Amino acid sequence: MSTIEDARAPGEGARRRPPEPLVPEGERRVSANVCQAAGCLSMQSDLVLGALRDRVEAAGLSDVAVRRVGCLGLCAAGPLVEVPELGRLFDHVQPDDGAALDSLVTTLSGGEPGGQAMAKEPFFSHQVKVVLERCGQVDPERVEDYLDAGGYEALTKTVTTMSPEEVIAEVVRSGLRGRGGAGYPTGLKWTTVAKATSHDGKFVVCNADEGDPGAFMDRSVLESCPQQVLEGMAIAGYAVGAQHGYVYVRAEYPLAVKRLNSAIRQAERSGFLGKQIAGTDFEFHVEVRIGAGAFVCGEETALLASIQGGRGTPRPRPPYPAASGLWGRPTLINNVETYANVPPVVMRGGEWYGSIGTGKSKGTKVFALAGAVVNTGLIEVPMGLSLRQIVFDIGGGLVGGKKFKAVQTGGPSGGCLPEELLDMPIDYESLAQAGSHMGSGGMIVMDESTCMVDVAKYFMDFCREESCGKCLPCRAGTVQMYGLLDKITRGRGTRHDLDTLQSLAEMVRTTSLCGLGQGAPNPVFSTLRYFRDEYLAHIDDHTCPAGACRLDGGER
Amino acid sequence: MSDEVRTLVIDGRDVAGASGQSILSVAEESGVFIPALCHLAGLSEVGSCRLCMVEVEGTARLVASCVTAVEEGMKVTTTSERLLAYRRRAIELLFMERNHVCSVCVADNHCELQELAKTLGVTHFELPPLHPACDVDATHERFVLDHNRCILCARCVRVCDEIEGAHTWDIRGRGTGARLISDLGKPWGESTTCTSCGKCVQVCPTGALYEKGRSVAEGKRHRPYVPFLVATNALGTGRQL
Repeated sequence: MSTIEDARAPGEGARRRPPEPLVPEGERRVSANVCQAAGCLSMQSDLVLGALRDRVEAAGLSDVAVRRVGCLGLCAAGPLVEVPELGRLFDHVQPDDGAALDSLVTTLSGGEPGGQAMAKEPFFSHQVKVVLERCGQVDPERVEDYLDAGGYEALTKTVTTMSPEEVIAEVVRSGLRGRGGAGYPTGLKWTTVAKATSHDGKFVVCNADEGDPGAFMDRSVLESCPQQVLEGMAIAGYAVGAQHGYVYVRAEYPLAVKRLNSAIRQAERSGFLGKQIAGTDFEFHVEVRIGAGAFVCGEETALLASIQGGRGTPRPRPPYPAASGLWGRPTLINNVETYANVPPVVMRGGEWYGSIGTGKSKGTKVFALAGAVVNTGLIEVPMGLSLRQIVFDIGGGLVGGKKFKAVQTGGPSGGCLPEELLDMPIDYESLAQAGSHMGSGGMIVMDESTCMVDVAKYFMDFCREESCGKCLPCRAGTVQMYGLLDKITRGRGTRHDLDTLQSLAEMVRTTSLCGLGQGAPNPVFSTLRYFRDEYLAHIDDHTCPAGACRLDGGER
Repeated sequence: MSDEVRTLVIDGRDVAGASGQSILSVAEESGVFIPALCHLAGLSEVGSCRLCMVEVEGTARLVASCVTAVEEGMKVTTTSERLLAYRRRAIELLFMERNHVCSVCVADNHCELQELAKTLGVTHFELPPLHPACDVDATHERFVLDHNRCILCARCVRVCDEIEGAHTWDIRGRGTGARLISDLGKPWGESTTCTSCGKCVQVCPTGALYEKGRSVAEGKRHRPYVPFLVATNALGTGRQL
């Protein structure tokens, strides 16, 4: 029988307490940066940090730091340890692999490099780090690290030397667009909120309710460098005239919440949040609000309702939050990644930012590369890179040399893009034209063993579970579409069902109240557009070409 | 609130409304019929049934006429092949979502869902019924809540909150699992906030809320409050968009 005493057994408690990093007292010659973001932590990188610390201490290396850092990117090869001074990255470092740890310590002590270091190419080629510049380099729980890396210089510059109009002009010049998915021009949104009049304040809200299956960009940023997001929010607050901010994080990200809270406390203590920021009259306070497990709360009006303590259901727009948001006041809502882009834009100028990317899609985009590729992980690439470069160069091709079939972008409201579109540049317009969209940055690669009807069914299942139930087309329409897809994958579907599915999808897309319902049919549309033959194979021949579906309804 | 006049065209007819007034409300006043189930004059709008969607010239998307304010020079089309198809589909989705069996329903012949199905010419259903297991709450002294007939229009929630001021009703759960609840999920009969005023029963468009003792087709609505609701709206104390 388990009791509270059992749960507090010394062994358990000791294992749960994360090991502290080792900071040398004197000069630091080299450092071992051990990834402590959720991906590597799930592979016991906290134990790696502890074991490495013990060994470095035992070896008496007084000029070596063993540091806790955020995501190093290549999640597939975790746990990861980087020695930046030597430009070396160690993969698959196991806490109980004595030989590997020893060779790492040898490297750190200045001896011959150990055998396990991996080549940084090709995963890191093509990548341009703006948002992730400091991820994997700073300790997410030490504001000093962030300050050493140039953190809060942008905020200081903003509040001491720039007018709000100048800040907004810089953001407009950068061409930055919302990274949450819709790609609304950030500068325009800021202008609207700045121009809105309010006698009792405005709000800045950060949407960290990342919920797309396979997406973990915002989580990684918050776990790796939460200060950069807070800095972006404070700059936004200064630009639009708000003194209060909220970060809405989903409860499924406990580590991100913990680091965010600690970052807020430390920023307040260092004078970069709270009153009299950087010695000026500007004040900005940030609070964290935790979601309760509803995907729809990533939709801005539902998110605001949830922050206010109401049911997380969307409401019709207009009025847009920029005019009437939290408690009826003008509210700026941007995504985690959008805010993280702001400090670099302010520091280096909009001109510089605009020089990265393509015509209408400027800058970089963070993607969570997942699925059947070799190098799954977190990447940041300039807009306009082709899918092929992402999947085959950065991603290292498909696992087991299987044949590529499709890549899914944009989550449940995105689409599946086939092989013939691999050379398409990744930007907002191209993706939308191809029947998908940028979304928040989830990118799931699928190989030949994936059935596309099954994929559409998976996403429809997700949407019917996550529909808030307020508007009819989304609430009942997604359930009916799921039913039709299920029937087809069982080999019981007819051509007439396919027509019904299409007309129903059209109706749900056109008449739903919010983006969740309007986007829910997209996986159906895109798979019908590029993989219609797979639907027909299930219907006419009662076979699943990918061999993924169990067709029990051959005989009708 | 402004008293400025907006002139627009609805289905080819020149009409006028006040600024801030919804397309649906102006259409109602002008005698143009736009189907709707969640809308009830005098209550706030939620825009959830999506039946009142109309086409506006120059706008690619359809707009829900109950939550879209009239604008000067707007050209609105309330009926088209496409709109009719969507509305029929919406009615079908509603019928298939819960257990609507008109022949044994207390609201038979007094039901707005049934009436709309007839008006829109819904003659058959393509989609399968979902047949969810739904409860009936007959714990209240005078009224019954039958979830089998509920379409989640939330008229009861709003009339209870906005007119009676009790806020006994709300909605719990999400997706097709969403359910009307009294208080925080207590049986209606045990509700400490319900004043037994019966407004919710009178505004219910279907047979989800009805008076005890009524049998099949006897659930005629009296709606004694409805003129009052509309009156408050007309007096300017009601809601505008």
